[in-house]
Amino acid sequence: MTLDSREVTPEAPAAAMGATTAEPLLWTKDVTVDYSGKRALKGTSLSFEAGTVTALIGPSGCGKSTYLRSINLMNREIEGCVIGGEVHYHGIEVNNAETDTYALRKQIGMVFQQPNPFRKSIYENVAFAPRCHGMTRRSELDELVRKSLSAAAIWDEVKDKLGKSALALSGGQQQRLCIARTLAMEPDVVLMDEPCSALDPIATFAIEETIRDMAERGICVVIVTHNMEQAGRVADRTAFFLLGDMIECGPTAELFERPKDKRLEDYLTGRFG
Amino acid sequence: MTSTQRARLSDHVATGILTAIVAAILVALVAIILYILISGAGKAFDISFLTGRPQQFKEGGGIGPELFNSFYLLVLTLLISLPISLGGAIFLTQYAPPGPVTSIAKTAIETLSSLPSIVVGLFGMLTFVLSMGWGFSIISGALALTMFNVPILVRVIQQALEAVPRDQRDAALALGLSRWEATVHILVPRAMPAIITGVILSAGRVFGEAAALIYTAGQSAPVLDFTNFDLTSASCPWNVFRPAETLAVHIWKINSEGVVPDLAAVSTGTAAVLMICVLAFNIIARLLGRAMERKVTAE
Repeated sequence: MTLDSREVTPEAPAAAMGATTAEPLLWTKDVTVDYSGKRALKGTSLSFEAGTVTALIGPSGCGKSTYLRSINLMNREIEGCVIGGEVHYHGIEVNNAETDTYALRKQIGMVFQQPNPFRKSIYENVAFAPRCHGMTRRSELDELVRKSLSAAAIWDEVKDKLGKSALALSGGQQQRLCIARTLAMEPDVVLMDEPCSALDPIATFAIEETIRDMAERGICVVIVTHNMEQAGRVADRTAFFLLGDMIECGPTAELFERPKDKRLEDYLTGRFG
Repeated sequence: MTSTQRARLSDHVATGILTAIVAAILVALVAIILYILISGAGKAFDISFLTGRPQQFKEGGGIGPELFNSFYLLVLTLLISLPISLGGAIFLTQYAPPGPVTSIAKTAIETLSSLPSIVVGLFGMLTFVLSMGWGFSIISGALALTMFNVPILVRVIQQALEAVPRDQRDAALALGLSRWEATVHILVPRAMPAIITGVILSAGRVFGEAAALIYTAGQSAPVLDFTNFDLTSASCPWNVFRPAETLAVHIWKINSEGVVPDLAAVSTGTAAVLMICVLAFNIIARLLGRAMERKVTAE
């Protein structure tokens, strides 16, 4: 399966995927981002299937995080930032003024580069957002907290100290708590912005296992990483960004072994970036 | 002399000078505080002074009404100014679009926070006492103090909210919370220890304020009857339309036009009471801030 996602057309995104005939869960067409009139991301078109992991790689400042933060419209929270193009999610174009961004972000979760647990107890970190969204029964919340922490592979470490501060956890544990917090919303897409860059190798390995787990349970994971080994370990597909431009996208192994674009080849062989 | 020696010497000299400056300030401050406390202690811990009525001509007057008035005005002022300041600070940090209007508002707040309190007092007299026709009254005083307190509180709360790391807000928004929910459930609780500390410290300033009150709350203290709940009666303590002299105004008044024979003793006693209260506010602010910090971090 070879594809250049930039050829994906809105009429036949699935055909371009060469796999199923159904429309992908999430796809973008010509997404651009401007900061105060300055273009940070050129028209990017990619599609993402449920149950797969897609890595976005490239040197710093290449636009991969900017693209990621456009999918759940988080860029809109930055003053002077404008997202252009189309983001299709469950067959609906969401990059417009009518979209309920709050409802959208309940279903498209996000994990950040620095672990950012709330200054609350471990239990509250997970239960807080579902409660805000209307889940108030204690037994339901208890079960959700247990399930989410288990899914993020941190339950056994924290089950005896759920009332303790989340800030007392190690960096890796905090990041897994942040993943659990995201999973508690039962999202079908999880966006991860270099989730392991602040972590040691053991914690990184644990997170990578969780990422594969999430994909197996049908979640569509999009992960930004500057670590190509990590992309190789977790991602089914990889997209390469450079200078605000999506250069090449394809199955990870193929992309790494037979890069079509000279710039990607230079990047892979360490000639820049 | 080598450059290392020179660096070490200049370090020693700088440390010495800075220590001397701090010591000089400390000595002056401690001397003032001790002087007031020692000369006023006799009265300040005398129950009949704390609860008694002030005298016009003979000795032995107390400061009961003034003490009550000071606290009542403070509570009213905080009740009015806290919601306004909290709303204003949340708007400025979370909602206000950057632009000329926002920057004018911010500049105005900064200017207002350094407005001389006598100007606030005269403004209050023209607006609340005369134009609104409320006369010298608690409500006029409380509103003048609000004018004086809001800019300070807005800045304190604004700084507390801005000190919350941005990633906390991002995390809340990424979980599908609205800006309002993120503010109310994440930002404000996180900033609460700093907000509480700021509010209590500003309360100390309000408590000791005299100039803004002389022309608004007035310089007379009607005899208060705590069994009187007729809100229109001048002797009802809770009546907000009665004049109310506070501790700070009382000090100013007896020193400028007092004729009681024990003037100096009443004055220092009042000053000591005032200072003990402000000192207590500061200590409470610190303890409460620390306790809140422990509570919100769930440790």
